[in-house]
Amino acid sequence: MTTEMQPLLRVRELRTWFHTFSGIVKAVNGVSFDLAAGEVMGLVGESGGGKSVVGYSLLGLIDPPGKIESGSILFDGEELANAPERRLREIRGREIAMIFQDPMTSLNPVHTVGRQMDEMLRLHTELDKKARRQRCVEMLESVGIARAEERLESYPHQFSGGMRQRVVIAIALLAKPRLIIADEPTTALDVTIQAQILRLMRREIRQQGASLILVTHDLAVVAEMVDKITVLYCGRVVETGPVRQVLEAPAHPYTRGLIDSIPDPAHRLPRLRQIPGTVPDIRALPKGCAFRARCSGAAAICSEVEPSLVARAEGQSAACHFPLVSGETA
Amino acid sequence: MMTRILATQIAFNWRRNLSAISGTVILLACLFMVAVGPSLVAQNPYDVMQLNLLDSYLPPVWLEGGNPNYLLGTDGQGRDVLAAVIYGTRISALIGLSATLLSCVIGTFLGLMAGYFGGWIDALIMRVADIQLSFPSMLIALFLMSAFGTGIDKILISLTAVGWVVYARTVRGSTLGERQREYVQAARVAGLRDAAIIWRHILPNVMTPLIVVATVQVGTFILIEASLSFLGVGVPVTQPSLGLLIKNGFDVLFSGLWWTSLFPGLMIMAMVFGINLLGDFLRDELNPRLK
Amino acid sequence: MTAMLEVQDLRQEFRLNPGLLDRISMKGGRLHLQDRIVSAVSGVSFSIAKREVLALVGESGCGKSTVAKAIARIYRPTAGNIRLDGQDIASLSQAELLPYRSKMQMIFQDPFASLDPRQKVRDIVAEPLRAQSGLASGEVAERVAALLAKVGLNTEHAGRYPHQFSGGQRQRIGIARALSVNPGLIIADEPVSALDVSVQAQILNLMMDLRDEFGLAYLFISHDLSVVHHIADRIGVMYLGFLVETAPRDRLFAMPRHPYTRALLSAAPSINPTRSRPEIELQGEVPSALALPSGCCFRTRCPYAWDRCAQERPALRDMGDGQSVACHLTDEPQRDMP
Repeated sequence: MTTEMQPLLRVRELRTWFHTFSGIVKAVNGVSFDLAAGEVMGLVGESGGGKSVVGYSLLGLIDPPGKIESGSILFDGEELANAPERRLREIRGREIAMIFQDPMTSLNPVHTVGRQMDEMLRLHTELDKKARRQRCVEMLESVGIARAEERLESYPHQFSGGMRQRVVIAIALLAKPRLIIADEPTTALDVTIQAQILRLMRREIRQQGASLILVTHDLAVVAEMVDKITVLYCGRVVETGPVRQVLEAPAHPYTRGLIDSIPDPAHRLPRLRQIPGTVPDIRALPKGCAFRARCSGAAAICSEVEPSLVARAEGQSAACHFPLVSGETA
Repeated sequence: MMTRILATQIAFNWRRNLSAISGTVILLACLFMVAVGPSLVAQNPYDVMQLNLLDSYLPPVWLEGGNPNYLLGTDGQGRDVLAAVIYGTRISALIGLSATLLSCVIGTFLGLMAGYFGGWIDALIMRVADIQLSFPSMLIALFLMSAFGTGIDKILISLTAVGWVVYARTVRGSTLGERQREYVQAARVAGLRDAAIIWRHILPNVMTPLIVVATVQVGTFILIEASLSFLGVGVPVTQPSLGLLIKNGFDVLFSGLWWTSLFPGLMIMAMVFGINLLGDFLRDELNPRLK
Repeated sequence: MTAMLEVQDLRQEFRLNPGLLDRISMKGGRLHLQDRIVSAVSGVSFSIAKREVLALVGESGCGKSTVAKAIARIYRPTAGNIRLDGQDIASLSQAELLPYRSKMQMIFQDPFASLDPRQKVRDIVAEPLRAQSGLASGEVAERVAALLAKVGLNTEHAGRYPHQFSGGQRQRIGIARALSVNPGLIIADEPVSALDVSVQAQILNLMMDLRDEFGLAYLFISHDLSVVHHIADRIGVMYLGFLVETAPRDRLFAMPRHPYTRALLSAAPSINPTRSRPEIELQGEVPSALALPSGCCFRTRCPYAWDRCAQERPALRDMGDGQSVACHLTDEPQRDMP
């Protein structure tokens, strides 16, 4: 992990709301975090947590009825929140790249892979035609696609799911972006293919010295991939910190609950420790802590005051009035 | 799917859509005319005893020589054009609606069979549909009518013969999709018979797109029926629809007696226009692909 | 004691593009009728005892869901026997099946697609009951209320539509539906894979509680090894339509024999940090089921494969302690070197 004076990405109090027919969905409601150059961060949470919306907000990909209401996204000192679309277009692909869950949504089915890769380089680099082709071939080879020259002429549907995701990763890395946002990149893939893709992503990103935000619901993937973890619940950060520390000694009962919900083959229990209840309706969040209804340690203050993120240990902070001590169960 | 939410959502969008509101207003006006109209006009245009030949070819009331008893003038037999339009609209609308209903029922049934059972049933129904679609529907209707002779019942049969295809194809497509869904498999595991699965599960879930098709088809059928009647192979002269009224006036149109044709024509236009406005709105609202 | 379910040499093939016109092609100047046939399941045998949980694991396309749907007789199996409580149901017609439906019910993967969006919860839950029993409507209503309570919902939920529920609650409705006719066997096709982890734990706990209370047997289909380890008594590993290994849970996790099982176990990510390097890293992807490889189905990706594997298809062989493996390595263990 590299440390610099100023982080590559500094997000402060980001609020992205969706004004729908049935009320305001506060999908992201006051999210802050820092990401250093070369750092890999996992953004985790369950559906409705707002993790994907954070990723889309960073790239300015929020469409109406959604809107970045307030907050700041400083990328290398430049404000991206509500920046003009023209500037965002320059940044997308060149500085910040995105990898989606379904590779079919990011690849155009009617163009060859070669053409789509070439377009990316034409838009974002000064390379001439020959040099661009050279770079495309190198990139495909480095993501493990054999006969790269030939495969440039193939269409996306001629690749299998795992291969398509490799192509998407190659395109994302082409212009040597400094930040990559990967939204559930392996969720649609099988375990053995997932293992291949994760290995590949880790290697390529380290090699380029890029930073990565890995948006996922899968704590096991996070444990294997990232340096730092940020846990979201109902649009807010409930806990953040170095990944080992958070997974071994979570301070927030929600993080604890998530970890306990995963069956662990090494310690089989007759019953899983489950989080009771369901995620509350995000259009009508209760006052105070959003997790309190599902929390066994909730007290009177939890329904009055919304807890803010407070540092607990080295680099670890949690938004809870009664943070867990190391080893304690929720 | 989310019937209740959708219903309010549609109402919400309807209020902000000018053409949807205009379409609804026009259609409500037509409905009002058809329902209450006959009691508002003094004359029953098809009761020969009420006609007065001396009053033939009177112009509309605002022209010179107009008679306040006949607001829109009269035709060659002294028939009140307004009354004739009201009675004619009734027949046109009746034919359009019942033929649509009939086509919908028959087409939906055949589409369900084809989509659910597949195999030779599907092949048979769909090939017949393909053949039928390779002829202009007007031509088929014209051919059938010249074979059957005039009459409202015969028009209904002809229009249904032309109209079922679009339902069959739409329903077959949706049925193929629904048949793969897990809730249909769940119904099979529950032990439901095919007929029960089709009736209870598939039919309710393939109905939505039919609303759009049916709305637009009422308009199309009114037009086809008008054309047939205009050509003289539609309704009998004793039950003149709007199309037949236009034809009756057409013979004297170039003698400057335009009102006998124009007003039934305007009526058809208004009705079909209203239907299409509403149909477009429904199409946008109910089409899942545009959402 | 007879097994709750005994499956013998189950085969399930699907014909692609079944239309006559699509099957005609020109070959050597002649018209030719050709069938493109996918072998989704190529001869699978196993049995499930009463109260036992057998899990089938494998990656997408391995045929595990097809096995489940063939046994539930959503499909008509191409060949093989399916003995449910002693009676072969593989070739019964839908009408003949009706009396056996109450012994076997199913829970589906997608909690959003498996409930008819236009039915109320009470009708969804009561559907198998109404189809299979002659209960009066009052008794049905009573039973529905009891079932809803059993799965953690309450009576007022009965009048609502599926879209008013979360994914986990919908899966509870699906479970209540399956329980309604008191089956001895429940086929669960990826019942928790569409759910968030915290909800997944709730549903797994519920399924275990119900098994204890009603003495259910489960055929549990899943791709998630940690879930399978939690719920299963015995595990079968499938690859490309074949069963490559079966063993009791602890045996399989401690001593996997088939190279594919080993690869699968080592590829699964874990939140447990103290883990050795992957034992087998698989290259490449699963071949198409339209053209199965000759010999062993796994040889195209197997790091140990040698010429025998291309010529001879290995049969499932009993290795003792309830473990069976279909691999030539069991004959020539000297080749099993990392």
